[in-house]
Amino acid sequence: MSSLPPYASPLEIVWHYAFRVFCGAVLVFLIMPILVMIPLSFNAEPYFTYNSDMVALKPEAYSTRWYVDIFKNGMADPHQDFGFSFIADSWNNAQWIHSMKNSFIIGIFATIISTFLGTLAALGLTRAHMPYRKLITAILISPMIVPIIISAAGMFFFYSDIGLSQTFPGIILAHAALGTPFVVITVTATLSGFDNNLVRASASLGATPQRTFFKVIVPLIAPGVISGGLFAFITSFDEVVAVIFLTEFEQRTIPRQMWSGLREQISPTILAVATILVAISVLLLITLEVLRRRSERLRGMSPG
Amino acid sequence: MKNWMKGTLLASGLALGFAGAASASELTIVSWGGAYTKSQVKAYHEPYTAMTGTKIKSEDYSGGLAEVKAQVEAGNVSWDLVDVELSDAIRGCDEGILETIDHSILPAAPDGTPASEDFIEGTLHECAVGLIVWSTVYAYDTTKFSGDQPSTIGDFFDTAKFPGKRGLRKGPKPNLEFALIADGVAAADVYDVLATPEGVDRAFAKLDTIKDSAIWWEAGAQPPQMLADGEVVMSTAYNGRIFNAVATENKPFEIVWDGQVWDLDLWVIPKGAPNKDEAMKFAAFSSDTQRLADQASWISYGPVRKSSTALIGKHAEAGIDMAPHMPTAPENFGNALQNDFEFWADHQDELNERFNAWLAQ
Amino acid sequence: MSDAVAGKDGDFSIADGQNLKQRLRKATSRARWQAVFMVAPLGVFVLLTFILPIAQMLFRSVDDPVVSDALPQTVVALESWTDRSELPEEAVYAALAADLKFLRAGGADGEGKSLIGRLATRLNFDTSGVRSTITKTARKVKKIEAPFKEAFIKADKKWGQPDIWASIDRLGGAVNSTQFLAALDLRQDVNGDIVSQPEVRQIYVTLWLRTLWISLLVTVICVALAYPVSYLLATLPLRISNLLIICVLLPFWTSLLVRTTSWIVVLGQNGVLLEALHLIGLVGEGADRPQLIYNMTGTIVAMTHILLPFMVLPLYSVMKGISPSYMRAARSLGANPTLAFVRVYLPQTVPGLGAGCILVFILAIGYYITPALVGGQDGQLISNFIAYHMQRSLNWGLAAALGTMLLAGVMALYWLYDKIVGINNMKLG
Repeated sequence: MSSLPPYASPLEIVWHYAFRVFCGAVLVFLIMPILVMIPLSFNAEPYFTYNSDMVALKPEAYSTRWYVDIFKNGMADPHQDFGFSFIADSWNNAQWIHSMKNSFIIGIFATIISTFLGTLAALGLTRAHMPYRKLITAILISPMIVPIIISAAGMFFFYSDIGLSQTFPGIILAHAALGTPFVVITVTATLSGFDNNLVRASASLGATPQRTFFKVIVPLIAPGVISGGLFAFITSFDEVVAVIFLTEFEQRTIPRQMWSGLREQISPTILAVATILVAISVLLLITLEVLRRRSERLRGMSPG
Repeated sequence: MKNWMKGTLLASGLALGFAGAASASELTIVSWGGAYTKSQVKAYHEPYTAMTGTKIKSEDYSGGLAEVKAQVEAGNVSWDLVDVELSDAIRGCDEGILETIDHSILPAAPDGTPASEDFIEGTLHECAVGLIVWSTVYAYDTTKFSGDQPSTIGDFFDTAKFPGKRGLRKGPKPNLEFALIADGVAAADVYDVLATPEGVDRAFAKLDTIKDSAIWWEAGAQPPQMLADGEVVMSTAYNGRIFNAVATENKPFEIVWDGQVWDLDLWVIPKGAPNKDEAMKFAAFSSDTQRLADQASWISYGPVRKSSTALIGKHAEAGIDMAPHMPTAPENFGNALQNDFEFWADHQDELNERFNAWLAQ
Repeated sequence: MSDAVAGKDGDFSIADGQNLKQRLRKATSRARWQAVFMVAPLGVFVLLTFILPIAQMLFRSVDDPVVSDALPQTVVALESWTDRSELPEEAVYAALAADLKFLRAGGADGEGKSLIGRLATRLNFDTSGVRSTITKTARKVKKIEAPFKEAFIKADKKWGQPDIWASIDRLGGAVNSTQFLAALDLRQDVNGDIVSQPEVRQIYVTLWLRTLWISLLVTVICVALAYPVSYLLATLPLRISNLLIICVLLPFWTSLLVRTTSWIVVLGQNGVLLEALHLIGLVGEGADRPQLIYNMTGTIVAMTHILLPFMVLPLYSVMKGISPSYMRAARSLGANPTLAFVRVYLPQTVPGLGAGCILVFILAIGYYITPALVGGQDGQLISNFIAYHMQRSLNWGLAAALGTMLLAGVMALYWLYDKIVGINNMKLG
């Protein structure tokens, strides 16, 4: 139905265009809310609507004050001139900066743990001799399936008992557990297209198992590992329920900060932060696309 | 098993280098956020830090004992001092989740009157030190009504005369009180009526009349925001929040004092607080005559010390005379009701449950 | 193999005398252990940081030791209470006095007073209004002397009604099922029969039904929206479809909170949508405007938006693999477009459809964040009440019971997913 055949009846022509209009509407529904929000984050006024000046694209209707507010909110002295002490003050005291640092610290450590454990497990799971594969896969993927509120509640009691709640290690371990299924799934998917003859060829050419691993296996599964890691990172970066249950102010992350903001007062600063997060998503999307193409190219080169 | 696990997990935590060790001169103080927390930061926290060097972390919550109890029962307390309502202070003390506070540490008034006499009766408790008198009122956006403006609590429930969405606190307290007063029960009889099943039915029936127009709020910062965004035309709110929106942001809001329900806010210390001694010192410091009077220059809540009343001046930023905006000012206090902590300590669970069921229907 | 000789039992062995079968078995077993050792670290990690915590939490739904800890003698004495129309006999009151006096004096570990508080809380969840009965009586218990029955009833008249005694008896078992009954709006009456909660306290059946209904509705809407779009994306030239699929992938990769925020901006009373409709004269000002957010509508719209990519992506990947020649063949054999679609195209997309539906339904049924932010009063789901009982009412047992039931449902769907799609075939992005 991508192009209309010349013999199409009038009804088919109407249907053809109605169908496209419908699909267009669905795509607009998907993307519109995100796009609508972005210009509003540059609103000079603290409101969430387009006023006539904004529609007329008058420059004075737009401002970056809400972006500046991200750096200022919570500073000991927000009125000082820009300079070294301003940056130091903002870095140490601004609430959003504090959350951003935490989000990255927690996200990066959780990603390292889940990528390492997940990749190793995926390598084991795809071995021909793995016993109880299906059951074990189901268990390893369960953190993705169990409703987050149940996971978070369970972790709250358990981590409190062992003194890990309201600490960085606690939330890092929790996020690592929530992120591993994504690594397992993506790396397993990569390995399922993996040609084991390559390993045999490498061995028959005299390479040690270690050399085979680093020179043959790693480059081939690297795209899968990296995209799995990105999934794990975004899972941690976006996660808020476990953060609500397991952390205090000290470990507050960006989503947690947005959560309290949304429940109390929606300042345009939240829109500015949201816009920055959308930009980060775009970057991630591009990275993943590049990885996918690379993976396809590498696979295409391998025989079979 | 547990200890072994604790050891391993802690070791891995240390290896990551993030074991959060709380240093001695630090306090985590939890309060209601927004303009109210700001008034405490300005009047209590900043002078205390300047005097002692103790770093203060200020956290927000939206009331209730839940978090305190969760922390105490799970054995991992991170809060040192919490600002609670009276009924929660009494209930928490009964359940043994709060530290007892020795009232002899509280400083005397400047003229030498001992603290026990300087605090208004009923504001000092075994586990709690009173701070302010605040009240739940309702406020409306003056730009939304031409002609008659709402002036009684009955008008809040009159959607025919004053159409538009209403903001209410998501919980039975003090909506049930408002409903009964609006339904014609005298303020003095509200809790007697509410203690009977028929009284509860009557209150819910009154709430039913505005259920379709209701938007529910949970945090004290929400009502002024909802009014400003045009999400509602009138909302119940803590009086100080509305005052601040009017005084510092020039919002066109008007408070209706008729049928106000007033209550106390007090400091309590969760059992096993990490910096208990420092928290006691801070509680004593922040509830002295000058500090309480200073707070009243940031938000329109009345101090609980008699000696502070004379020191109340003008708003620190807007320069407005504060006294007429206090809940206890005679012109505001006509049809006022004190929140009955005993009633709520007894019926909280039942009425919460019924309220939730009502809300979900 | 030249030096392999046949053994007398027909097995092959090699020159060093080892049985080939044995060697193969050894090698296989070594390979198996290698695989197990690679999976083990994650297995142990998930077990310790995830499965164990959840199992421990779920156990709270039946683990209920407060009453038996606080009132051991009373619970034992109550075993003799058979005629539920009468009050328990004097010995039970005496046992209660002894238990309460012991607790007031500090109890077994010096924490007796806080145990009284927890006892009062626990009983109050079961029979509302008895909190003060317990705390008041405990405060006065020193002065309570024989005859105990009269003294207790004088201290609080609730001791003269069978309800509170039935409650103590019900919760006296350290393991009991009251929370599961409560999670279904049921309770045991004085005689131990299971009956419905009073109507004004019924909430969970409504909530379960609503959660199922919203999840189903969102799934159906997602199918209705995703099927045509996936079809279009799969049939358009790659150059164009790669561009259009960004509209699906960008929301997929964007933070949940960001997307919820954007809906608050779009659907609010003064939000972008209503202001735009106002400009073209379709809606009025103030009270005339429809409420689009902070109610069930808001929940459904935002959830559909967030879950739609989970439907589009599996459908798209299945449809991309369907050759257009099948449809052409069907048409050329005389089928009209509808018949060709129903008989030829639709059956081929069932795997993707099944995967998408179950995934969306599983995610929807456990939804928490979005309903909490935009759900208002009638858009709350079961997860929101689990959170409520975890954080606000502190009825952790009830939270655990609701959680157990939700988890059981999700696990059943997960099993179904495995049957239909296979967990190994799960793909992301």
